This record gives sequence, C-alpha cells and structure tokens, in this order.
Amino acid sequence: MLAYLIRRLFAAAVMLVVIILVVFSIFFLVPKWAGVDIATSFVGKQADPHAVAAVREKLGLSDPIFIQVWHFFKGIFVGRTYSAGGDVTHCAAPCFGYSFRSEQSVWPVLTDRFPVTLGLALGAAVLWLVFGVAAGVLSALKRGTIWDRSAMVIALGGVSLPIYFTGLLSLAIFSYGLNWINGQYVPLDQSFSGWLGGMILPWITLAFLYAAMYARITRATMLEILGEDYIRTARAKGLKEQVVIGKHAMRSTMTPILTMLGMDLGALIGGAILTETTFSLPGLGQAVLTAIKNQDLPIILGVTLITSLAVLLANLVVDILYAVIDPRVRLS
Amino acid sequence: MTTQRTSGRRRQAFAAAAAVAGMLALAACGGGNSSDDGGSKTGAAGFDAANNKVAQASLVKKGGELKFVSAQDADFWDTTRGYYGFMWDFSRYYSRQLLTFKTEPGAAGAELTPDLATDEGQVSSDGKTYTFHLRDGITWEDGKAITSQDIKYGIERVWAQDVLSGGPIYLQQMLDPNNTYKGPYKDTSKDKLGLKAISTPDAKTIVFHLPVANSDFKQVLAMVTASPVRQDKDTKAKYTLHPFSSGPYKFQSYSPGKKLVLVRNTNWKASSDPVRKAYPDKISLTISSNQSDMDQRLINGDYDIDAGQTGLGPQGRTIALKEHKANLDNPISGFIRYAVFPQSVKPFDNIECRKAVIYAADHVSLQTARGGPIAGGDIGTNMLPPAIAGGEGQKYDPYGISGANKTGNDDLAKKALKACGQPNGFKTTIAVRNNKTQEVATATSLQAALKKVGIQADIYQYDGSQSSGIIGSPSNVAKKKLGIIIMGWGADFPTVQGYGAPLWDSKYILQSGNNNFALIKDKTIDGLFNQYNTALDESKKTQIATEINHKVMEGAYYLPFTFERLLNWRSSRIANVYTTNAYSGYYDFVNIGLKSTK
Amino acid sequence: MTELSKSGAAVGEPTDASPAPTAFLEVRDLKVHFPTDDGLVKSVDGLSFSLEKGKTLGIVGESGSGKSVTSLGIMGLHTAGQYGKRKAQISGEIWLDGTELLSADPDHVRKLRGRQMSMIFQDPLSALHPYYTIGAQIVEAYRIHHDVDKKTARRRAVEMLDRVGIPQPDKRVDSYPHEFSGGMRQRAMIAMSLVNNPELLIADEPTTALDVTVQAQILDLIRDLQKEFGSAVIVITHDLGVVAELADDILVMYGGRCVERGPAEDVFYQPRHPYTWGLLGSMPRLDREQQDRLIPVKGSPPSLINIPSGCAFNPRCPYADLPKDNVTRTVRPELAEVGTRHWAACHLGKEQRERIWTEEIAPKL
Repeated sequence: MLAYLIRRLFAAAVMLVVIILVVFSIFFLVPKWAGVDIATSFVGKQADPHAVAAVREKLGLSDPIFIQVWHFFKGIFVGRTYSAGGDVTHCAAPCFGYSFRSEQSVWPVLTDRFPVTLGLALGAAVLWLVFGVAAGVLSALKRGTIWDRSAMVIALGGVSLPIYFTGLLSLAIFSYGLNWINGQYVPLDQSFSGWLGGMILPWITLAFLYAAMYARITRATMLEILGEDYIRTARAKGLKEQVVIGKHAMRSTMTPILTMLGMDLGALIGGAILTETTFSLPGLGQAVLTAIKNQDLPIILGVTLITSLAVLLANLVVDILYAVIDPRVRLS
Repeated sequence: MTTQRTSGRRRQAFAAAAAVAGMLALAACGGGNSSDDGGSKTGAAGFDAANNKVAQASLVKKGGELKFVSAQDADFWDTTRGYYGFMWDFSRYYSRQLLTFKTEPGAAGAELTPDLATDEGQVSSDGKTYTFHLRDGITWEDGKAITSQDIKYGIERVWAQDVLSGGPIYLQQMLDPNNTYKGPYKDTSKDKLGLKAISTPDAKTIVFHLPVANSDFKQVLAMVTASPVRQDKDTKAKYTLHPFSSGPYKFQSYSPGKKLVLVRNTNWKASSDPVRKAYPDKISLTISSNQSDMDQRLINGDYDIDAGQTGLGPQGRTIALKEHKANLDNPISGFIRYAVFPQSVKPFDNIECRKAVIYAADHVSLQTARGGPIAGGDIGTNMLPPAIAGGEGQKYDPYGISGANKTGNDDLAKKALKACGQPNGFKTTIAVRNNKTQEVATATSLQAALKKVGIQADIYQYDGSQSSGIIGSPSNVAKKKLGIIIMGWGADFPTVQGYGAPLWDSKYILQSGNNNFALIKDKTIDGLFNQYNTALDESKKTQIATEINHKVMEGAYYLPFTFERLLNWRSSRIANVYTTNAYSGYYDFVNIGLKSTK
Repeated sequence: MTELSKSGAAVGEPTDASPAPTAFLEVRDLKVHFPTDDGLVKSVDGLSFSLEKGKTLGIVGESGSGKSVTSLGIMGLHTAGQYGKRKAQISGEIWLDGTELLSADPDHVRKLRGRQMSMIFQDPLSALHPYYTIGAQIVEAYRIHHDVDKKTARRRAVEMLDRVGIPQPDKRVDSYPHEFSGGMRQRAMIAMSLVNNPELLIADEPTTALDVTVQAQILDLIRDLQKEFGSAVIVITHDLGVVAELADDILVMYGGRCVERGPAEDVFYQPRHPYTWGLLGSMPRLDREQQDRLIPVKGSPPSLINIPSGCAFNPRCPYADLPKDNVTRTVRPELAEVGTRHWAACHLGKEQRERIWTEEIAPKL
C-alpha cells in the first residue's frame, strides 16, 4: 500500500510538471503562431515600443519557456526574487509569482479564492448526493411507475439544461422575483447567514445538474445490484427489506457513485467557472476566467496547479476509498 | 477604453437564457405601468434627466454609501497605470491633479479648472513653459501637505514603464519625447527627481519645460497620470493595490476582481478643493461576473450605478426601457464605431475604391447592427465625435450617410468602382474582433451590402484581446490583406489631438499596437496637428479640429457607423447626477450624492 | 405423505377450503406467473408435493423447468424482492409446519426465512456479498433471528465454519468470499444456511459451480448435516446423479409442472415418463463409451409463455404419436399412479411404457 502510494504520488508530481509545461506552451506558443506579441497587451493603447520592451523584460516573457518553467518551480519550493526597472521584490516560498494585471501575489489569491470554490463544490456535493442518490434509489425501487418516470424526466432536464440557464432562472425566481434571498456572495467570516444566502442558489443550481446525473447512475446501478445473487441471499437470511436495500445494496451502489464523486469534486475545484460566473462568486473558476481574458499567466498557472492537484488528489482519495469499500481491490 | 466581458458564443447563450429570466423578472415586477415622464413614483429623475444636465441637485444629502457595480475591475487603480475610462472617472475620488475637468454637465464638463493649482497656470508665449502654484491646505491622507515634488515624482513614474506599464504616456511624449530619463526607480539623483523637464523651485511651485509646444498640455496635466505620488508611499508595482490618497476618499479595502471600498479621507479639507463635493461617506465598487445579474441588481436597487458605464445588456435594457425609463440616460459617448481601409491593402490604395465601400454600405442596417438608435447610437457621418470641440455631428455629412445615401447608393458605388478601375468589384477581407457581437453584426451587414455592388468580402474574426498584434501590426495587415478593419475609438482626452492624433497623424504609425490603421501619411493633416499644438487660442483650436476632420473624411479612409450612445442606469437613490464630456458621456462620479443617508 | 393423485391444475380444488395438511411441508397447486412484455411467463403452473422432516426431496429438471422458481416461491422471495409495477403472480398454497405462507403476513414469512427455512444457492461467489467478510455475513444471519451480542454470534459463526469443515475457522471467519476457494465458499454458504438450525433446507444446484471432486464432498456434507439436524431438505438440480445419492424422493419437472414423482429408487429404476428417460440418458456415466449413450433429450425446453397444448413434452417426445387420436397434442396428461407412491403424467399406456423402458431404454443406459 505504501509503495503504491509513493508510486502514485510520484506519478502525480510528474503529471503536474507536464501540465505546467503544457500551460506554458499554450500561453506562449499560440500567440506566437498567431503572430502576436503578448507584451503589447500589457501596455497602454499607444503601445510605445520602449514600453513594450520594458514590459517584456519585467514579465520575463523573453526567456525561453524552459527557463520560465524552471523559475516557476523554483519559486514554489525556494521562493524567487523579482527585479525589474529598479523594483526588487523577494517572493518567499511557496511563490506562485505575481499577477501580471493586479500585481497581487498569486498565492494569497489562491488561498483567498479556494475556500469559496471548495464551499461551493462541497455544499453542492452534499445536496446532490442526498437528493440524487435518494431519487435514484426510489426510482429504482419504483421502477416503471409514474414516480420513476417523472423523476427520470426531471433528471434528464437537469443533465441537459446548462448552468447559466438554470442559474439565471433560479436568480430570476428566488432573488429578483420572489425576493426570498439576496443571492449575492458574502464571505463566511462576515456573516454565516449571509454566506448561506449567497451560496444556496449556486448550490441548488449546481446540485441540480449533478443530482440529475447521480440519480440516473444510482438508478441504473441499483437496478443492476438488485438483480445480484447476494441481494437474494440477504433476503433469504430473513433480513428486513430496508436492511437489504440500505445496507447490502447501497454498499455496492456507492462504489461507482464514490468514484464519480471524487472525479466531480476534483474537477469542480477548478471548473465551476460557469456557476461562479453566473452567481458572481469570487472563486477560482471566476479568477481563472478573468485571468485567461487578461492573459494573466501567473494566475492561470496557479489555478491550473491547484486544480490539477485537486483532481489528482481526488483520484488518489477515490482509489483509497475504493479499497476501503471493495475488499477485492486490496489485493492488487 | 472598454473591453468586452464575455466571448461571442457565451454571450449569445447568456442572451438566450436571460431572455427567459427576463420574462420571468417582468412577470415578477407585476406588469408594465411605465412611467417615462420625469419624477416617477420611485423618485427617479426621468428619462435623460441627467443627460447633459444635472438631475435632482437639490435632493442631495451628505452621507450614506454610494454603491457602484461593474462587470469588470479597473485595469489598475495606480494613477500612473490606469487606462480604463471608468478608472479615470472614478480616480477623482482619491486623486487630485494640478488641473481637472469642471464638475459640470455636458460640454462644460470637458473644460479645465484648477484643482491642486491656484489657477490655470502661466504659459510662456512660446507655449513651452507652464508654471503652476499650489493651493494651501492640500494634504495627503496622512495629513502631510502635498508638495510640488510629490507632483513631479508622480509624473516621473510614467517613465518607469518597465515597472508601471499600462497607462497613457502622453506626459513622457510631451516632456521627454526621446525618452532620455530612465524613471525614478533608476534615477541616480538623491531625491529621485532627476527629470529635467520639470523643476520645482519650491514646495508650492512647479514648472514644466516642453521641448516642443503642445496646446493640449493642460489636458494631459488633467489626466490621472499626472496625479501626485509620495515617494515614501510608493510601493511601485504594488501601488495599484493601495494608492495613497490625495482626494476626499481613501482606500479602505481592495480585493482585486471582487470589491473596492473607499471611505472618507478625514484629512482632506473641502476648503482646499473647489471641485469635489464628497457627498457620500462611503463608496463601494463590487465586481460582478454576470452582466445580466448585474443589470437586474441595478434595476432592483441593490446598486446605484454601473461603474463600467458600458450600458445595460440586451435584456436589462428591454426591462429598463419598459418599466423604468425614468432611471435611464441616453447620452452620446465619445466613441465612434467605424470601418477603416488600410491603404497598404489593394485596391484600397485607391480613394475611389474606398468611396465605393462608403457608398455601398447600408448605414441604417449598420446602425441596427450596432443596437439601433438608442443602444447603438446615431448614424455616424464623420470621424470627430460631437462631444469634442470642433465636432459637428450629423451636420457634416460629406457622403450623405445619414441623408440621401442612408440605405446605400449602389449607383454612386458602381461609379466609384469604375473610377477605381474595378468596375466588376473585387475581393477583400473584413477583419473583426470575435468577442464583440455587435462588431461581428456590422461586418455581416457590410458584407451583404458590398455584395450587391460586386465586392466579395470575407469576414476574418480574430481574438479581440490580441488586436494590438493582429490589426495593430501593419505588416500583418498587409500580409493577411485585411482591406477593411472594423473598430471603435474614444478619446483619451476630449480634443482633436486626444482623439485623432493616434488615428491620423503619420508619426503615430507603429509596427505593433498601431492605431493609424489606414496608414494615413497626409502632410496636410500632419501639418494641421502641428498647427493645433502651437495654437493657444481655443477658437482657433476648434477651427483646426473641424478642418482635420474634414481632411480625414475627404480622404475616404473611414466609413463611420455610429456616433455611439450609452444607455446608463441611474438609481432612484442618487442625486446630483449628470453626464460629462470629459469622460465620454459617463456620469461624473465624483459629485454624485445620495438622497437619503439611510 | 398425503394424497397427491389429485394434484395438478386440472383438478382445481379450492385452496382456501382445503384443510391444513399434516406433512411438514406441503405445496398445493402452486402457480408462479410473471407478466412480461411478451406475455405471461408461467414458470410454475400447478405444482403439488409434500415433504416430511428428515427426508430429502430432489427436484430435477432442465433449466427453465420451474424448479428454482418453486424454491424461491417457498422461501417467499418472489414477493420480497419485487419492485416496480410488474409483480410475480403467485397462487396456490404452501404449508410449512401448519402455516400457510402465501396468505401469511409477509413479515411473518420474513422471520421464518433464514430460521425455519433456509437456502443454499448455486454460485457461492455471487451469492455472498463481496464487500463483507464471511464471518460478518454469518453473524448477520444469526443475529437476525437471535438476540445475541456480536461476540456470541461470532463464536457461533466460527463453530459453524468448523462444522462444515473449514480449516482454521477462527482465522478464516475474517476472510472475504473472494479469498476462499469455490468449495470453501460453498461450505461457508452452507454454514450460513445452517447457522439457525433450519427445519427446511433448500439447496438450489449446490454443486453446479464446483468441480467434480468438490461436488462429492459438498453432497456428503449436506447429507451428514441433514442427519445431524434432522431437517427436511429439498435439493434442486438438473443432474440426476446429484439426487441419486441424496434424495429419498424425486420430483421431475418439465415446463413448470411435475411429470413424474416417486421414491428415488423407483424413479431411477422404474421411470415411467419419457422425459425422465431422457434425463437418465444424459447422466454422465464413467463406465460407458460416449457414443453408446442415449442421446439426451432432443430439442429445447418449451416456451413458458406458449406452453405446448396437450402434453408439454410432446414436441420433443419420440413416442408422441403412439397414443391414439392425437391425444398427446390436445389433452394435458394428469399425474397418475404408476406404482406405490409413484406417479407419472403421460398418455402412453402403462404396459407400453414398461415395455419401452425395459426393451429400448434400460439396456442402453
């Protein structure tokens, strides 16, 4: 198990380096192919050649990509010193650099925005797990009935409707229309109820999409599991049906669901862009979207790294959980 | 000065989704009893009540929180680095300059008035030396007096583009065109005040020595880049995160991309400031990433003004015009939307071919593509915005764009084609930013109109954030044969020089980040700009401005689409609101107050 | 043993009027039908039999003959696991120790399951939950019916594992099913079934998934345990060889009905139904050459939606044309006594069958 873990962690580290290299390459090569000088977008509208050259120097854009990647990683582990035009700044490890635009240190931006995204993802995950799995199980148990069909139609809607549609719809109804909730983000440390009020619609919107997927998966898995011999065995023992479903069938059903959950949570940490944009949540997704628009490489890199890390970590956790749930996995 | 929020496709999707949301919101509002007259039940001042006039000045009360919202943060809050129009408007809350724009509506707002200076300054007869004396009682947020050295240091920072990129560099171009000074951070002199072109004989006097006279120098001194910065408070690149205030408000908190909060600078004395009224106690700016949500919250009264002043989005506009017209203003902005013909791309080296496009275009259709008369603007007939001194608006229409040839004149176009030696038309490419829906729509409209006279135009959509490298590179334009470029332009300062020099003066042709897309190298025009720079009489300046505009139009380098209009929201809570030509028709933020302090 | 001659659907005795039987297990006119999109699947269509404690009944038939459905019916597992709109339709009577199960409160039946009656399934790998240890599954089975703490239940589980011949039971109790060999798994399954000393044990193809050497061990184990516990046992199999060693009585099922029933000895040595002959012919025999053996039953099992009219076996029966008037294709044959406690449902004459058996079939076996 330990060797396995070490192997996995090593693979993850290699993966991260590759991801960073790819981000660097995309950032620099694509404009190059398009014949565009990135530096010009950082000066004023007159694009004075001196200023452009100065910016290129300041942002280190003229160094070869590999050197830049090297500086980037060096910064994370031992920190780095920036000096441009007489402005010397030491950035202590973990140094993810400074935003090209806002001049903020990237690390605090990440730590500031990460909890928002995490709160969004986790809160939504709780909702979609509870409602998605419950709906899926009930649907499976009431297969073929009106309940099952309507639940699956709603689920189909949830899967197919885009976030910005359901999001705006929920805002239009609950916030602008009925005025039940304000729907604007308030940091948790300012007011818990305010935070809850700001998060509830994003949670519901995001959870609706995922609950729909989870309901469908749960239903299908549950139906499959209910046909298993060991479920019959459980009944033959004289177990109450609640125990048969709630214990024997659920344990097996949870395996694919947990796998999905790990992946989805990992992806959401960096990928809740639409939800965050729709609800103006100051999370990582919103940050990276703005950063991409602004060609703000350090922020893009930081968020990418955090996101990749989250996905890799989530995968690792899923693998470990898998072994906990399914003893057959432990052997290999 | 403006930047698009969302990409075209996303925006369309938003529009589709929001149409539904909009309908729901309409239903939720309880149906339409519109009140397009002034003084509605809600207390809104009325449609266009603040357009070139002051709305509800008498209702203003001191105190309260004025709430701005914007779909986008400023590029920089550092006075040296900001280039967004709304940042310039907003920065008057926390920065002062020697001169500033009058806090008056419309055209008067574009006139200069002393701010830190005691008067408008003394200009030498050769127009090269400007001397200013500082007022008494002007202080920084820590109570220390603002000195002439602080102003000099603030201006010197413009030279440090290697650290402080992003802002306009007119000061450097006018004071040190050869860029000999290396900026304060590389300045070897002890006080870091080594810039020769500015001298500070004492703490209350500052003298500018221009190598070449420029009649717009005062305009440039009124720009936010000319704000004082105190050396011991200069955090260099990080200054943008917390500029040190010289104005009535100071930074309380700022989280980039999220929120900015200004509170009263208790060391600012109203007696030292003839311009700023400083009504609210607190000013907040929230960044919202969802335009339609932002519009809805403006309409709901959660916020007072869109700081970005980019106008309401399509569905917000529909709701607002129907239900809350009294909260809207529809001023002319300083922007003109147009197509321009690079002379390096054949056959646009021939004036007749350029004319052919101008005549063939359906100007009403182009206006519609821009959003129609309210959201888009008036049909543009020439290239000088009406809000700039010398601009004539639709009165000057050499090609009958808003008159006889409104919907295109194929006969004249064909005649021009014949004269150009292309009687059967030709093939060309229209370059358009892919992230600007309306620009893409104008490209399509133009393409259709040109087809009727035999001009086959392909549409080339490019990444809008890369414009400076794509259309701003003349060699790239020639290589890709981009014969028609669709763009828009607003003035950095409201004069013909601020608007037109980068577009029409041959010395502004750059290899990258070029804005003289037509590659105009007209000695007459260059000469007129030089004349303008040395003219000291305002009426003479106005006359030259008109003349430059005429020369540009006679050259048929441009096909103007619209004199752009804004459709901006003003909440019912605010008073003393007016638009100003100083900031392209934006509301003059600095003197807006609340009607109630609750 | 009670009167069985009247069994079968055609007799149609009103079930609620009949008196409680004296046998330990008595099944009367059991019908289990499943509605499907294609029609009603008549898996079991009028089956009756009885079984005393200490005795073993072998139910034999091809797959799809209704034998497993019967056993699940007795266990009440058709109703317990039914979700959605399509439920199995069950009628008839199942009397277990004086209680009629089909009309009893389902929760009462549930309490009987695993305690008074229990079941061993065909494939122990799929029948055991892969995520729980063997011990946990036995403990669970025990604690449903016994109010004891986990420790006691665990001791009981170890004891049962020991009893079914699992070495180092105190260690193996914590193993997972996949860590056991096939034979060990089936032993564990048996241990689980017997943990509550059931009076009725149903073994559904208990050896099918196992290799030959292990099969014998498992059968021995079942026999030994039956002796020890004195339970009634139903062994369900497609393999007559399995029941030959184990069963007192044999019931041959075809198309959801009983076609022959009698003491094991008689069914083996005096079979009176052509289908039974076929089954006997398909038994693996070590002392014969492959080509000498009777070709097993030709054709495929009948569709349970459209059971052939007349004798359900007629399309596959080589003697279907012998009786007059095409009777095999029009009239469903009833079980008729062909010997002491020996019944068969066939239109062939008694002597005709004796002749065919002794002259044509027996010599080839």
